[in-house]
Amino acid sequence: MSLQAPSAPGRVYARAGGPVLRLSESEAATAPPSAPERMIINMGPQHPSTHGVLRLLLELDGETVTRCKPIIGYLHTGMEKTGETLTYLQGPTNVTRMDYASPLFTELAFSMATETLLGLELPPRAVWIRMLMCELNRISSHLLFQATNGMDLGAVSMMLYGWREREEVLRLLEQITGLRMNHNYIRPGGVAADLPDGWRDDTLGLLEAIGDRLDEYDALLTGQPIWRERLQGVGVISATECLALGVTGPILRSTGYSWDLRRHMPYLDYDRLNFDVICGSYGDSFDRYAIRLNEIRESIRLVRQILAGLPAGDYRVQDKKVTPPPRGRIDESMEALIHHFKIFTEGFKVPAGEVYAAVESPRGELGCYMVSDGGPKPLRMHIRAPSFVNLQALPYMLEGRLVADAVAIISSVDPIMGEVDR
Amino acid sequence: MSASPPPEPALEEAAPLGPAYGGLTDLPHNFATSRLEEAVKWSRARSCWPATFGLACCAIEMMATGGPHYDIARYGMEVFRASPRQADLMIVAGRVSQKMAPVLRQIYDQMMAPKWVISMGVCASSGGMFNNYAIVQGVDQVVPVDVYAPGCPPGPETLLHAILSLHSLIRSGELTRRRQGAAGAGAGVVVEQRDGQTATRMVVSPKRGRFGRG
Amino acid sequence: MASPLPGGLAELGVAVSIDPGGGPVLHPDRAQLTEVAAALRDAGYDQCLDVCGVDYLGADSRPDLPDGVVPERFEAVVTLISHRQRGRVRLRVQVPAEDPRLPTLFDLFPGAENPEREVFDMFGIGFDGHPDMTRILMPEDWEGHPLRKDYAVGIVPVRFKAAGDAR
Repeated sequence: MSLQAPSAPGRVYARAGGPVLRLSESEAATAPPSAPERMIINMGPQHPSTHGVLRLLLELDGETVTRCKPIIGYLHTGMEKTGETLTYLQGPTNVTRMDYASPLFTELAFSMATETLLGLELPPRAVWIRMLMCELNRISSHLLFQATNGMDLGAVSMMLYGWREREEVLRLLEQITGLRMNHNYIRPGGVAADLPDGWRDDTLGLLEAIGDRLDEYDALLTGQPIWRERLQGVGVISATECLALGVTGPILRSTGYSWDLRRHMPYLDYDRLNFDVICGSYGDSFDRYAIRLNEIRESIRLVRQILAGLPAGDYRVQDKKVTPPPRGRIDESMEALIHHFKIFTEGFKVPAGEVYAAVESPRGELGCYMVSDGGPKPLRMHIRAPSFVNLQALPYMLEGRLVADAVAIISSVDPIMGEVDR
Repeated sequence: MSASPPPEPALEEAAPLGPAYGGLTDLPHNFATSRLEEAVKWSRARSCWPATFGLACCAIEMMATGGPHYDIARYGMEVFRASPRQADLMIVAGRVSQKMAPVLRQIYDQMMAPKWVISMGVCASSGGMFNNYAIVQGVDQVVPVDVYAPGCPPGPETLLHAILSLHSLIRSGELTRRRQGAAGAGAGVVVEQRDGQTATRMVVSPKRGRFGRG
Repeated sequence: MASPLPGGLAELGVAVSIDPGGGPVLHPDRAQLTEVAAALRDAGYDQCLDVCGVDYLGADSRPDLPDGVVPERFEAVVTLISHRQRGRVRLRVQVPAEDPRLPTLFDLFPGAENPEREVFDMFGIGFDGHPDMTRILMPEDWEGHPLRKDYAVGIVPVRFKAAGDAR
């Protein structure tokens, strides 16, 4: 069978000679260059535009990148090992720190996997609150991208605007979950608390404000010649390559390939909401910028529908096995106190089995593979992190581009290193 | 000649001296006395430039502190220097992995003295909730820490509080005194740099294994 | 239970089970893995989402394995997705502890490169034919494979110590 991607001649997923520089750290220090006038330089892990601690080995011919290798692991936290020592109720605390720009999605994938093993059916209000929170989180995550993307490309005013708007979303998230980041709000069995008083007005006010400011971003950046020069045609990748490399999310959609789990393999109640899947056409950095900008608009649309349709009822499942008793009952009843104590110290047992649950995070398919041996802690908890896989596309995007474009391309991949290294 | 007398020189009309008038230029005694040490401490505290050393979640909050709402520029610290040579404050924002620890120490060594370290968040301060093989249980095993900011992640207010605490410690000379007395700060871990190009090598104190693992 | 698998796979004689979420799970053995993955790719499962490892050391029984599959200590789990059929399929391959090796999926799915390196790093399962079988998350000179069950979590006991004199 042919290893060559049909739509992109010249790009070969080869063991040697392709755009991926397969050298270890120590080999790179001593390896002779593959051709005269070539050199290998190191970028990161402490570099202002590598989004945390990403490190790149770049093989350069003059200023042109010929091959590259992303080196990761500088933020390896052992979360999957720690996850095996935590109960299912403690698990979201752990996984929420993986993708710290969109923490609620990891919690959601973890909770969905646990609930599938338990066979739980959630009350509709819990499902809709989850959708509401995830869409708000998608807005804040994409605003973070707009800010850092602007900063990397020298549009510092965009950075300030992005932070300003993100701060307003965080204020709302703090009001609802109690924390600005790392919420631990979505838990197996529902969500941690019901929505607080006044949340509806605050959400509406937020949507109004952000909607207007998105138009300002358009005026500031989208049509601006310098911005377009820096991004258009930079970091092009094709749909075939994305599929071969396992790439999902806005990068896959930027190639014109319409694939969004919310639409095509719906989870929660997304099949009852109207929204558009935003796609690009050229697969370049500009398309990825524009997709994320317009996904904020789609999320605003979704939140408005959720506000209109939010059902009444319980915010978590009423199952004594997984749900602690309400706070008020603990003061009155000894049994409730014991019940509460047991759930939070011993956890609850989950039937043996293995399951994979996936959600569409702002970066692509975020999956949780969970194996239970019937005890209160998972035997194995693995997160399929979209950034980890998406980084494989980086050498293909960088091939033949200038070093100056590397910054724009890394930024457009939008990797979150906490999720890459876990 | 019916010439009127020339106007009196403006200096003669000068208002009585005081800080509300004319600024410093009009002061007849435009100098202040101080001990050199005090002046140096004052200027050090007023010109802390942080290095960009974002690692994890805390880095996002550190960047939010630089954003318009919390506005770290109020303290003259909005220039996050990309080069450690131009920075005198390292904000260790996030969990430090075993793989990152040598890099962190190298960057610290590259900073010019006097230099300060804020350990931001519980992961950097003590390993936090990640008490496992991958995370250095406290960045003070690698570099000497001056101020610890609690929280997971600390909000921008907490970071600002830590920064202001650092400023007052620098101004009072407390930190300089600590440095003089604390040879071999940290927990016995020494990172020796072989030369400027290659990676650093860890030398671990024998009693704790690799950063306390095992 | 209707088999959700495409035609042609039944002939390969691979054991099939259904997970609690209703998705199909295939249990090829090591020798079949490449063949089964290629057949699935040709049947439309053209994106490899994930490769991960599991260490079943100490697990007493393995009730979720279908008859005929011999449980081993390690397992490699490959998740494939078909965008046309809007479905995922999972391959669970048993890997014995005494010979932890598998054929690589790199030639079929180049996107398996980094996940396979992670499985090698974390579990010590080598992939034959992989172009760059090196550690990915841990430092190069690290000893051991952290996600194995016999590798300690590495919890360091918190030591209380008196605050020193006011320095």
